[in-house]
Amino acid sequence: MSDTEIVKDFLVESYENLDRLDRDLVGLEKNPRDQPALAQVFRTIHTIKGTCGFLGFNQLEKVAHSGENLLTLLREGELYLTPEITTALLGMVDAVRQMLKEIGSTGKDGDNDYPELRETLKRLQSKPAKVSGQTPEAAPQNSSPSSNPPAAQVEKVQEAKPAAETIPVIPADATPKIEAQVPTGSQKKTDEPPRKPVPGKIGAVLLERGFVQAGDIDLALQEQEKGDRRPLEEILVARGLAKPEDVLAAQQILDAKQRDTAPESIRVGVNLLDKLMTLVGELVLARNQLLQVSSTVEDAGLQAVSQRMNLIATELQEEVMKTRMQPIGNVWAQFPRTVRDVALGCGKEVTIEMEGKETELDKTIIEAIKDPLTHLVRNSVDHGIELPEKRVQLGKPRAGRLILRAFHEGGQVNIEISDDGAGLNGDRIRKKAVEKGLITAEQATRMTDRETYNLIFLPGFSTAEKITNVSGRGVGMDVVKTNVEKIGGTVDVQSIPGKGSTVRVKIPLTLAIIPALVVTCAGERYAIPQVNLLELVRLEAEKAKTAIEMVHGAPVYRLRGRLLPLVYLKRELQLPDNPEAAAHAEDAINIVVLQADDRHFGLVVDHINDTEEIVVKPLRKQLKMVKTFAGSSIMGDGKVALILDVLGLAQRSNVVSETRERLGKNKASDSEDAEAGKETFLLFAGPGDSRMAIPLSTLARLEEFPVSQIEMSGKEWVTQYRGQILPLVRLATVMEERRARLRTLQAPPVAGSSPLQVLVMNHEGRSFGLVVDQIIDIVEAKADVKSKPTRPAVLYSVLIGNRVTELLDIPAILHMAGISDTQNSDTRNLAAQSAGGAN
Amino acid sequence: MALTSQFCTFYLDKLLFGVDLRTVQEVIRSLDITQVPLAPQVVSGLINLRGQIVTAVDLRRRLELPPRPAGVPAMNIVVRSEDGAVSLLVDEIGDVVEVDESTFERPPETLRGPVRVMITGVHKLNNRLLLVLDTAKACDMVADTAAAT
Repeated sequence: MSDTEIVKDFLVESYENLDRLDRDLVGLEKNPRDQPALAQVFRTIHTIKGTCGFLGFNQLEKVAHSGENLLTLLREGELYLTPEITTALLGMVDAVRQMLKEIGSTGKDGDNDYPELRETLKRLQSKPAKVSGQTPEAAPQNSSPSSNPPAAQVEKVQEAKPAAETIPVIPADATPKIEAQVPTGSQKKTDEPPRKPVPGKIGAVLLERGFVQAGDIDLALQEQEKGDRRPLEEILVARGLAKPEDVLAAQQILDAKQRDTAPESIRVGVNLLDKLMTLVGELVLARNQLLQVSSTVEDAGLQAVSQRMNLIATELQEEVMKTRMQPIGNVWAQFPRTVRDVALGCGKEVTIEMEGKETELDKTIIEAIKDPLTHLVRNSVDHGIELPEKRVQLGKPRAGRLILRAFHEGGQVNIEISDDGAGLNGDRIRKKAVEKGLITAEQATRMTDRETYNLIFLPGFSTAEKITNVSGRGVGMDVVKTNVEKIGGTVDVQSIPGKGSTVRVKIPLTLAIIPALVVTCAGERYAIPQVNLLELVRLEAEKAKTAIEMVHGAPVYRLRGRLLPLVYLKRELQLPDNPEAAAHAEDAINIVVLQADDRHFGLVVDHINDTEEIVVKPLRKQLKMVKTFAGSSIMGDGKVALILDVLGLAQRSNVVSETRERLGKNKASDSEDAEAGKETFLLFAGPGDSRMAIPLSTLARLEEFPVSQIEMSGKEWVTQYRGQILPLVRLATVMEERRARLRTLQAPPVAGSSPLQVLVMNHEGRSFGLVVDQIIDIVEAKADVKSKPTRPAVLYSVLIGNRVTELLDIPAILHMAGISDTQNSDTRNLAAQSAGGAN
Repeated sequence: MALTSQFCTFYLDKLLFGVDLRTVQEVIRSLDITQVPLAPQVVSGLINLRGQIVTAVDLRRRLELPPRPAGVPAMNIVVRSEDGAVSLLVDEIGDVVEVDESTFERPPETLRGPVRVMITGVHKLNNRLLLVLDTAKACDMVADTAAAT
């Protein structure tokens, strides 16, 4: 099926070329010294010859080749273009066109290799060129006038008008008439045995439908060869061998067939399409304005017109969009070959299946994903699918299956590449990643399978035990990821060991028009691509005051129990206070929950307007360095709005957020360090003015309890928390037990004092809350400069943000507080706990 | 007959500037500008020029002149650059003047700094000087803004 695609393309291209050849040859005849035109003709024939040789159309190749030989002589000045030569060349063009038609309807170039035509072409090569050649009329006359270019219906040749004056009449009747291919001159091939009707012609159709007998056609053909110039069907009808209505039906079938094969497409420059796109964008805008105006005017006529305009503009926009769309099958067409080659190269057997070939994508995207997809396909065959012997051992069919699937989902296109091979080996990936220093051993232990699998997209990662010439050089998967992300897509890999793996590529349908959420901030509108949008949260005025909590200057919101870092768009963009906007500002807080590179964050904006389809216009180079914006778009009122680059925004808010800046200058260089070896810590004030930390992963939640909610259970502080009794451990009390203040201080907290900051943690299946004086910050740091602990319940001291920070030993604390029986201050324990807390 | 060239002239802080008429696409009154937060200061923002989004460059800032007094609407000279149209914001539009080569002189050595790159020379008119602005250089601010941010 992929072959038919190629053939179709070949036909479209060749028809165009042939049309040009007609023009060029005729032009050449008038001006035979036009070397560039001659070169052009030569190139065209050469291309056709080359392509059909490649596609295995040998007859066609032969004909084109003889034409090419003649053209070579002409081009080199050995021969002079005479009308006779032109005529012969045009005859060749027609022959080629005829053969192409044949290919279009039957897929083969037929048996006719036009010996006479080739003979003529050959003869002309040796013939000394006459400078003043014969007039076209003087050329050997043909028994039947032929049309040039040939009429669409070959059978009607006789009825076709003679060629236009400028075009020489072709002596050699290269245009075949009816089934019998009448060769050059007036000779008739009576000696040939009766042939089968050529498929794609009326005789064949009649036969196919059972309207006539094969013998009858033969009879009619012979009749024709004897000189009967009537078309085949007329002979058949005249002799009573076929019914006129059958012939009519056959004719219709044939017409339909020819409509299919004669491509009704023309090539249009992409620039023109882009221009159309812009104009349609403008039209849509004008439409919007018209709608706004018409809604304020009481005029039924205007209303009706603007409504109609609305519909037409919408439809026009859709249609223009379609001109840029191409089925993904165009890219996939080459994959069976790729798979075959790769499989052969590594001794595997692979079948390829495709679903959703017709799924359409914007032209630019099709081009951008071609290479990444090819790599993924090669990779699946090379790494994923096992050798046939192994597969048989495992009880799988010998041949591996590779499935390509494409489908639309939520304004995006999903492309899946699945194989039923060995799947990914999580342990090996982790080991490799640690070996290569991409992650630390500790990180490795904490990774989920899904996270592990996605390590293969890191630069410099490759698990292939031996480097094959196909893949395994550790470049590729990261390139795949980068390329897909460049066009706003994502890559994800899933795998079941032993069962196979699936790589899912999600890409936007088009880069030109995207659905976006329009928000307002400080009086300006911004568009957020819907791809990045997860959900919207609106906090009403009362709730807003308490729902946003601070982790030392970094605002967070608890979204279904998880801390969502908040980014204020206004602050991030350094927008000035707009008094007018401030007057309209709501008390409620609007949070747009966004996803950037696997991380979620909440973007606080003034107002959420609506979702809209926006036309993306790239930013010019003067603004390219502003990474916060992905582009711009013109809104309905004609004003320009900026499109936020969510990833850029996330990076920006991360790198220069307030908390980071306070951590001293060294932090900046720290953050540029490789992610490897870093851990996130929660910093808080410990007893005695010290700074203490716990790995953030050990933390379940941060809570704040008003004093009134604290109750006493025996001597312990407890509080009700999510339907459970949460024991509270006061850090200050536990750490200072030696001063014997422990018991005396186990009194209820003084009413009216400030709420308690509580770190809720899970340990050995039990939840407890650690009451601390003050939460300072959440930082990422490398805990490698360690020193010995100076007091109990401390694992070690470490430098975080240039300050000595004590890392708390949680099991020890619990033991000291009497909550846990085990006193185990082993670091491994902590690590294990971290792993538990990570999800 | 000496070669003549035509300039579209404009004023910036009482100075007379000229840009090659052939690079000018159109001259328009002030349009709605959408500011671009975090953008370099020389970029005033984006304007919608009949469906085409055009970057507006504040020439005063670009040429390190004092900012335009508040309340004075800027005029747009839309010039063609290699990266599409760019609008140059100026105070006031002058005439189109035709000058010939004989009045041209290179900028004085004392003109220094980044501005020197953008001003290719001076035409000595009868009663004043016409500073010739290289629009390509004026629009290309990638190099110096990268240093500024």
